[in-house]
Amino acid sequence: MKLLVCISQTPDTTANISFKDNDTAFNPDGVQFIMNPYDEWYALVRALELKEAVGGTVTVLNVGPSTNDAVIRKGLAIGADDAVRIDAEAVSADFVAFQIAEYAKDKGYDAIFMGKETIDFNGAIVPSMVAEYLDLPFVSQAQHMDVEGNTATLKRDIEGGVEVLSVDFPFVISAAKDLAEQRIPSMKGIMMSRRKPLNVVPAVDFVNPVEVVHFAKPPAKSEVKMIDPDNMDELVNLLHNEAKVI
Amino acid sequence: MSQKAKEDRYQAHDYYNVDALLSDEHKMARDAVRDWVKKEVSPIIEDYANRHECPVYLMKGLGEIGAFGPSLPAKYGGGGMDETAYGIIMQELERGDSGIRSMASVQGSLVMYPIYRYGSEEQRMKYLPKLATGELIGCFGLTEPNHGSDPGSMETRVVDDGDAYILNGAKMWITNSPVADIAVVWARREDGRIIGVIVEKGMEGFSAPEIHGKWSLRASVTGELVFDNVRVPKENVLPEALGLKAPLSCLSKARYGIAWGALGAAMDCYDSALRYSQERIQFGKPIGQFQLTQKKLAEMITDITKAQLLVWRLGALADAGKASAAQISMAKRDVVDMALRIAREARQIHGGMGITGEYPIMRHMMNLESVVTYEGTHDIHLLITGMDITGFNAFK
Ligand SMILES: Cc1cc2nc3c(=O)[nH]c(=O)nc-3n(C[C@H](O)[C@H](O)[C@H](O)COP(=O)(O)OP(=O)(O)OC[C@H]3O[C@@H](n4cnc5c(N)ncnc54)[C@H](O)[C@@H]3O)c2cc1C
Repeated sequence: MKLLVCISQTPDTTANISFKDNDTAFNPDGVQFIMNPYDEWYALVRALELKEAVGGTVTVLNVGPSTNDAVIRKGLAIGADDAVRIDAEAVSADFVAFQIAEYAKDKGYDAIFMGKETIDFNGAIVPSMVAEYLDLPFVSQAQHMDVEGNTATLKRDIEGGVEVLSVDFPFVISAAKDLAEQRIPSMKGIMMSRRKPLNVVPAVDFVNPVEVVHFAKPPAKSEVKMIDPDNMDELVNLLHNEAKVI
Repeated sequence: MSQKAKEDRYQAHDYYNVDALLSDEHKMARDAVRDWVKKEVSPIIEDYANRHECPVYLMKGLGEIGAFGPSLPAKYGGGGMDETAYGIIMQELERGDSGIRSMASVQGSLVMYPIYRYGSEEQRMKYLPKLATGELIGCFGLTEPNHGSDPGSMETRVVDDGDAYILNGAKMWITNSPVADIAVVWARREDGRIIGVIVEKGMEGFSAPEIHGKWSLRASVTGELVFDNVRVPKENVLPEALGLKAPLSCLSKARYGIAWGALGAAMDCYDSALRYSQERIQFGKPIGQFQLTQKKLAEMITDITKAQLLVWRLGALADAGKASAAQISMAKRDVVDMALRIAREARQIHGGMGITGEYPIMRHMMNLESVVTYEGTHDIHLLITGMDITGFNAFK
């Protein structure tokens, strides 16, 4: 099977977040980047398991500048056969989905794997948009996948139970926790990653229909005021006049 | 488990942006081993150390990630990496536990390296790939009950018996010996020269009893090697090893990794102490706000930063094939000494909690007491530097 796994780069979960350009862009200075965990731990590993079971190839694809190469190499170190980087800033979900679809449309992939969302913008819309652009079936947030011949059976948690779905290849899948188990790259994998092909392709033109106006951080937590339990009048007064909640 | 698996909140510290001196492969290797330690070592290590038991099963996992002989050629199961990468792997393993790092040091530097460096092609192909995966476990027998710092006076002997050597004697303090499938053993020939032989588990007259009651490296297994007229076929002799230089060259390899490793233990102690100082409130404020605590922490990160630069430079020298035994000796001694100091200060910052297994400090501190002794004691390394700079040999 010919499998494509889309991987993105996100700030490390412990990174301090700030913005630049009048709060219209994320400031990457001093931030450690990692591969988006949903892509790395679940989407990529499940694709590799499928390849190991039925044969084929796994390609990892990233839309981003050359500073993302370290994360792409990690995908190769974990076991992907080759990589593609579409050379452009990933300015929006629409842009990224369009680039992925344009690249994949005539390549004949049997399945396209992605994480259910990135842990920075949490939009969770790229996988469904790619499926729409390519006119492929889409299963979101899959937590389990069995493959029998040309059919995949997928399970996902829903409110109060589990949904079981069946879909024929080709399709697009977004991966949630439990779809696979994290694989740590071995030293051999890391050394081999350097020799695997990483093809850089130009982006196609795309006019962004959505524009980021402004980013803001949540308001800083204000100090806690302790009020004597006997002083109910003071509590009511503060809740009414200061917190303005009653 | 007697103790709940604790969350490993370790965060690396890099005050001088030493990361910028590392390649992408180095950083990827570091992150991979760090992830592996958090997943496989941190949740179980305190419990194993408490029970004085070695998690031998981790040998397979260490093999899978490629922690054994990473700088040996891929043909023999190695990773084909450079010496800096090897050092970084040791740093991350010892960040978890010195005992786990010791398992990897012995397997890679003291068993695989001598077979690679001094063995025949047949010996390499027979042992190295299986040692690399952890399918075979090896140990290294140099120290004897009566000869530790002075291995040149060893009593273990081989006598020529046609197509074999007859081996007699005993080795002491041997890491991994009770669980090892093979032992690289150093013994004196009839002509007085020292040679290396590969002794296999099951050879008649060979036993490897465990040493019990260690208060240090409790999660690493240590034992003896006892040879009672063991017939070792001559094909098990390392053909290129002759004289004490051979085992000493292996020790240099391992000491290089220990310098990096002890830094890892120090970083873990500092990281834990820093976090504790920010979270622990006394007299109405975090203890990190007190000047005396800040002095301790400031000195710790300064010492760690200096050690990071020292081992990085040592790595660059080793990668260029230019790290001398004396330079490696200096790094081993000084970084271990620094780590011990940091462990003691970190324990004080943790107050009473620092005494318990809730925090890794006491374990690191006790472990480092072995690390400062094995592979040449602190004082022996001082004498090596002393000899190197004065030209006078203080050993004789
Ligand atoms: C947990 C553990 C694991 C080990 N694993 C291995 C292993 O896998 N393989 C192996 O071969 N060995 C191993 N060793 C042995 C280790 O290398 C020796 O313990 C070490 O070399 C010191 O030898 P010793 O214990 O006999 O001490 P001694 O040599 O008796 O030293 C005792 C003291 O005397 C001092 N001293 C000795 N000579 C001098 C001198 N000339 N000048 C000044 N001071 C001196 C020493 O510094 C030390 O303080 C291990 C040891 C431990 C504790």
